[in-house]
Amino acid sequence: MKAHVYPRNDINTDEIIPARYLNMDREEDLAAHAMEDIDREFYKKVREGDVIIAGENFGCGSSREHAVWALRGAGIRAVIAGSFARIFYRNCINNGFLAIECPGISEQIADASEVLIDLEKGEIRDLAGKRTYRFEPFPAFALEMIRKGGLLNIITKKI
Amino acid sequence: MGMTITEKILAAHCGKMRVEPGMLINAGIDLVMCHDVTTTPAIDLLKEHGINKVFDPDKIVVMPDHFIPNKDIKSAEMVRKIRLWAKDNNINAFYDLGRHGVCHALLPEQGHVKAGMTIVGADSHTCTHGAFGAFSTGIGSTDLAAALATGELWFKVPASLLFKLEGELPSGVYAKDLILDIIRRIGVDGALYRAMEFSGSAVDGMDMESRMTICNMAIEAGAKSGIMAPDAVSAAYLKERGIEEQADIQSDADAVYEQRFDIDVAALEPMVAFPDLPSNGRRISDIREKIPLDQVYIGSCTNGRISDLRIAAKILKGQRVANGTRCIVVPASTEIWKQANREGLLDIFAEAGAAVSTPTCGACLGGHMGILAAGERCISTTNRNFTGRMGSPDSEVYLASPATAAASALRGYICDPRPFLEDK
Repeated sequence: MKAHVYPRNDINTDEIIPARYLNMDREEDLAAHAMEDIDREFYKKVREGDVIIAGENFGCGSSREHAVWALRGAGIRAVIAGSFARIFYRNCINNGFLAIECPGISEQIADASEVLIDLEKGEIRDLAGKRTYRFEPFPAFALEMIRKGGLLNIITKKI
Repeated sequence: MGMTITEKILAAHCGKMRVEPGMLINAGIDLVMCHDVTTTPAIDLLKEHGINKVFDPDKIVVMPDHFIPNKDIKSAEMVRKIRLWAKDNNINAFYDLGRHGVCHALLPEQGHVKAGMTIVGADSHTCTHGAFGAFSTGIGSTDLAAALATGELWFKVPASLLFKLEGELPSGVYAKDLILDIIRRIGVDGALYRAMEFSGSAVDGMDMESRMTICNMAIEAGAKSGIMAPDAVSAAYLKERGIEEQADIQSDADAVYEQRFDIDVAALEPMVAFPDLPSNGRRISDIREKIPLDQVYIGSCTNGRISDLRIAAKILKGQRVANGTRCIVVPASTEIWKQANREGLLDIFAEAGAAVSTPTCGACLGGHMGILAAGERCISTTNRNFTGRMGSPDSEVYLASPATAAASALRGYICDPRPFLEDK
């Protein structure tokens, strides 16, 4: 998987999916506009299975889950950031979408690096740089939600 | 060891005697708030998962606000969908056009909020309602669907930060200036995952509208919630709305806070947050350059309430908005609009050359009714100034109080409101 690196802090949900597109909510419609106010080429660059690597407080701002859907629709499989804003983080976990906290990585890894993520070990491997970054493995409840494909699959079983 | 007000509310809603920061809990929810943008996907999610019943229609409030009056066909379809869904699910608290307003202005105004409650809303500024002593937090659409279906939600109990706000705000300095100053001090992630608890003589002396302005922007420091203990002021506000019963819930004297901030509010000045972050606040006296404005926006869930409009009207009365600058005033709810009309404020705005609109979130989030073109600059009483927030990614938003916005409208550039308030 290729890493698209945006080392900035505080990338907000208005940038991930601008409000002018919030009259839509299907992933395929939102995808074409993902990150467009930061990087107009984003949608063209991303291939299925790629990841975003960013600085601190990724996803701050609005509660719009459209931000997760736009990224997932564009083919992104995980966001790796120094830290996450809480609503965005919840939205990721609730969707079974990977949000991985790995402080400092965005300053060290080169854009377009090929990376591998090992969820069990809590490792991100930079294949070209031959470097390994460690992250705190997900807590059990988050891992369960990711495995089961999101919160609603879990509560549906409970109802 | 004591508990904070936030810990007490959460413990009471998950059947425990006490909770501590970091604990993962399932909490019962007393009120679920839904608006147009985030609720339509939640309705689809419920349907996809075969869930055809809400947990309790009387604990759900629905208000289209972001794109109303419907800005285009797609948003009209969204509002139609939630209108039909609310009807099918016997949700009586549906605030359609004519009773409409920005959700965080409507919810307390219509008597849905009181101390001790747990409130979730699919909007980040749901932290506003902490001003009444409720645990109130913003969620996304999947969380919303889960809360609607089950009446409960998972939370990690947040650590609390204590903000002791002492003294009296000087003339021309408002709650907005205070919260912009706090965010400047701690940054846009300074309260990440935390509850921001505000107390002190400055809070005691504030009306509910000012308290809501402060709690509203807790999210701009990354907080899960903002909260203030209930008191006689909040009780009087609720009593006017027919709510007599009051939970007397306070933080214990030996409650544990992760950090404490002491702020002397008497030392504050009007603040302006420069693009592109709410934490880029500068004191008005430190702004030496002349910053010309294309637009001035007075409204939103942060500063579109009647007291905000009164302050703006005081400054705009008998004056004219500068040539080359547009001014838009958006009362945050129908009741606020009607009250402003009764008091003659709408006339004052119109005579000053400002355009008054019907309540809507509108241009605050770059939806409609006042979008900025590339290269344009706006001073706004709203809560976010991110890149492209109010329109083109090449436009700029500066955040300020209604007084600073109104004074700047008259000059056509960002200026200190205090000289405009002398002798008034």
